[in-house]
Amino acid sequence: MISPRPVALAVLAASVLWLAPAAAPAAEQETPPRLKWSFAGPFGTFDRAQLQRGFKVYREVCQTCHGLNLLAFRNLAEPGGPGFTPAQAAAIAAEYKIQDGPNDQGEMFERPGRPADRFPRPFANDGLARLVNNGVVPPDFSVIAKARTYERGFPWFVFDIFAQYQEQGVDFIAAVLKGYEPPPQGFTLPPGTNYNRYFPGHAIAMPKPMEDGRVDYTDGSPATVDQYAKDITAFLAWAAEPHMEARKRIGFQVIIFLIVFAGLLYFAKMKVWSGAPDHA
Amino acid sequence: MSAHSTYEPKHPFMKWLEARLPIASLVHSSFVDYPTPRNLNYWWAFGGILSFMLGAQIVTGIVLVMHYTPHADLAFNSVEHVMRDVNYGWLLRYLHSNGAAMFFLAVYIHIFRGMYYGSYKEPREVIWILGVIIYLLMMATGFMGYVLPWGQMSFWAATVITNLFSAIPLVGESIVTWLWGGFSVGNPTLQRFFSLHYLLPFVIVGVVVLHIWALHVVGQNNPIGVEPKSSQDTVPFTPYATMKDAFVLACFSIVYAWFVFYLPNYMGHADNYIPANPAVTPTHIVPEWYYLPFYAILRAIPNKLLGVVALAASILILAFLPWLDTSRVRSANYRPLYRQFFWVFVLVCIGLGWLGAKPAEGGYVIAARILTAWYFIHFLVVLPLLGLIEKPLPLPHSITEAVLAKTGKHAPIAAAAVAKSS
Repeated sequence: MISPRPVALAVLAASVLWLAPAAAPAAEQETPPRLKWSFAGPFGTFDRAQLQRGFKVYREVCQTCHGLNLLAFRNLAEPGGPGFTPAQAAAIAAEYKIQDGPNDQGEMFERPGRPADRFPRPFANDGLARLVNNGVVPPDFSVIAKARTYERGFPWFVFDIFAQYQEQGVDFIAAVLKGYEPPPQGFTLPPGTNYNRYFPGHAIAMPKPMEDGRVDYTDGSPATVDQYAKDITAFLAWAAEPHMEARKRIGFQVIIFLIVFAGLLYFAKMKVWSGAPDHA
Repeated sequence: MSAHSTYEPKHPFMKWLEARLPIASLVHSSFVDYPTPRNLNYWWAFGGILSFMLGAQIVTGIVLVMHYTPHADLAFNSVEHVMRDVNYGWLLRYLHSNGAAMFFLAVYIHIFRGMYYGSYKEPREVIWILGVIIYLLMMATGFMGYVLPWGQMSFWAATVITNLFSAIPLVGESIVTWLWGGFSVGNPTLQRFFSLHYLLPFVIVGVVVLHIWALHVVGQNNPIGVEPKSSQDTVPFTPYATMKDAFVLACFSIVYAWFVFYLPNYMGHADNYIPANPAVTPTHIVPEWYYLPFYAILRAIPNKLLGVVALAASILILAFLPWLDTSRVRSANYRPLYRQFFWVFVLVCIGLGWLGAKPAEGGYVIAARILTAWYFIHFLVVLPLLGLIEKPLPLPHSITEAVLAKTGKHAPIAAAAVAKSS
C-alpha cells in the first residue's frame, strides 16, 4: 500500500509555504536596524554613564509630555540602575513639585519631592494631555521599552530563543527617534502627524523631538541625535526592567546549578538502573 | 493505590497512625512500591513534570495574590508594583507567567506522547478523558490568568473570547452580558476572572488526583503497548521511575529557567505592557501561543457560530479518541501507517499554531482551512480507517523480551557498562 504521507505533506507544503507568503500584507512597518546594547545577552549590564545621559535627555526633552509614573526617585539610586548616590537622587527629587495633602486645613498643597515619591505626571489628566497634544495622549514611559516591538517573523523568532535577542522594543524606539524624514513623493500625511520611516504606518503624532546639540553632555559623548536616541532608549530599557541585572545574574547561577544537578541526577539514575532486578 | 501494600510500619507512631489512617501505606503503594513497566522512556516523565508545574503555579500564584489588586483601575499598576517593589517579585511573576507556558508545553508533549503510544486505549479510556478535562480546565485557567494584568491584550482577549458565546442562538447575547457582569468587559469581569483563576487550579488538583488514581488502577502504558505480564516486566516506582523523572524534570527546568531569566517576555505580547484601553483596539488581537491552533480553527470558518462549534469540537473530539481509533495495537512503533499520520498530525497542529498568529486574510485563511479540515479528517476518517486497513508489525510477547532484544542489539555497550559498574 502506498503511504499517503507524501501527498498529505505536499498539500501542507503547498498551503503553508506557497499561499501564505503571497497573502502577507504589504509591509507597513520597516524593520529597525539592530543596535548594540550593553544590556543585551546573558551577561548584559546597563552602562551607568549611558543611563545618566539618557536620564538627562529625558529631563530636558521628553519630560514635558511623557510621564515616568511607575518610577520613584529612590529607584535612581538603587543597584542595577543609573548609579546615582542617594543624596543625588534626593536632590533630583527635590527639584520636582509633588502634590500632597489634604493637610489639617483640609487643603491640598505642593511640596518638594522626596526619594519615595514617584515621578509626577506631566498633565493633570488625559483630557488636558489631549488638548495640548493635538488630541493624542503622549504615552507614559515607565514600561514603554517592553510595550513596543516589531515583528520578527519565521524563522527569526526561533533563532531569537537561542540568541536571546529581546531588544526588539529598544531597537524600535531608537529607530523611531532617528527616523524623522521628509515624506516621500505622493505620501499624504494625515493632519497633525509627522513622517517617520520606522513608525508603523509612517504617520506619528509626535513632532521630531530633538536635534543635534539639544542636550549638553558633560562626559564628552557626542551631542548628536544618534547618541541621544541610544541613551534615552537605554534609560527606558532600565526604567521598564529595573531588576534586569539581578535577573540575569541570578539566572546564570540557577542555570549552572541546574546543569550540574541534572548531571548528578543522570549518573545517579544510571547507577540505580544498573542495579535493576534482572537488569539485562 | 492498590488495596494491599507491602508497607510495614516500624515506628510506634506510624503503627498507631496506620491503624487509624493508612495514609503512609497509601503513599507507599502509590509512589514507592507501585510497579512501573521497566521499558518506559523519557517521554513518560512528563506526567511528573506536569505535577511539578501545577505545584509551582499554585505556590507562585498564592504569593502573587498577596501583592496583586484585582481591580480594573489598579490591576496593571499592581503587577508593575510586584515587578518593581516586591522583593523578588519580578522572579515570582516571571516564574508564573512563563510557568503557564511551560505547563502547556509539557501538557502538549504529554498528550502527543499518549497519542503516539496509544495510551488512551482500553482499559485507559477514563484516564484519557480525565486528562481532556484537565486540559480544558487548564485552558480556562490560563486564559483567565492572562486577563489579570489588565493590559491591552488581556482586555481584548477577554472581549474576543467572551464574545464567542454571543454566537449561541437566542440566548447568546444574554449569556455574554451575564459572563461580563455588565454590558462590556469591565471591572466585574476582571474580578470574577480573578476569583475563578484562583479556584480552578484546585479543581485541577482534584481531577489530577482522579487521573492518577485511575492510572494506578490499570497501570501505565509503555512504549511497546504490551501489558506487563510478570513481575520481571516491571520495576518499583521508587527509586527507578522517581530517579528518571527527577533527571528529566531537572532538564526541563533548565529550559524553564532559560525563559524566566533570559527571555521572560519572549512568549508574551508587547501590547500587554500597555494598560487596557476600551477605546483603542490593537491591530492584531492574538492569544497566547498555546491557544493559537484553536484560534486558527475558529477563524478558519467564515460563520461565527460554526467557527465556535469547530473550536469546541476540536477540543472535545479528543475525548472520543479511544473509540475513534479502531486499531487494537497501541504503540505507533508497531503501526507503520499510523506513525506517519501521527507526525503529519503534529505538523498540522504546529502549522495551525503558526497560522493562528497571522492575520486572518488571504492565503492564511485558505491554509488554515486546509489544516483545519485535516485536523478533523485525522480523527474522523484516518483513525477509524487505519485500524481496519493497516497491517501492524509483530508485537513482542513481553516487555522483557522487547528490552532484551533492544539491549542485545547494543551488546558490546551493555557489556562495557556492566563491566564498568561491577
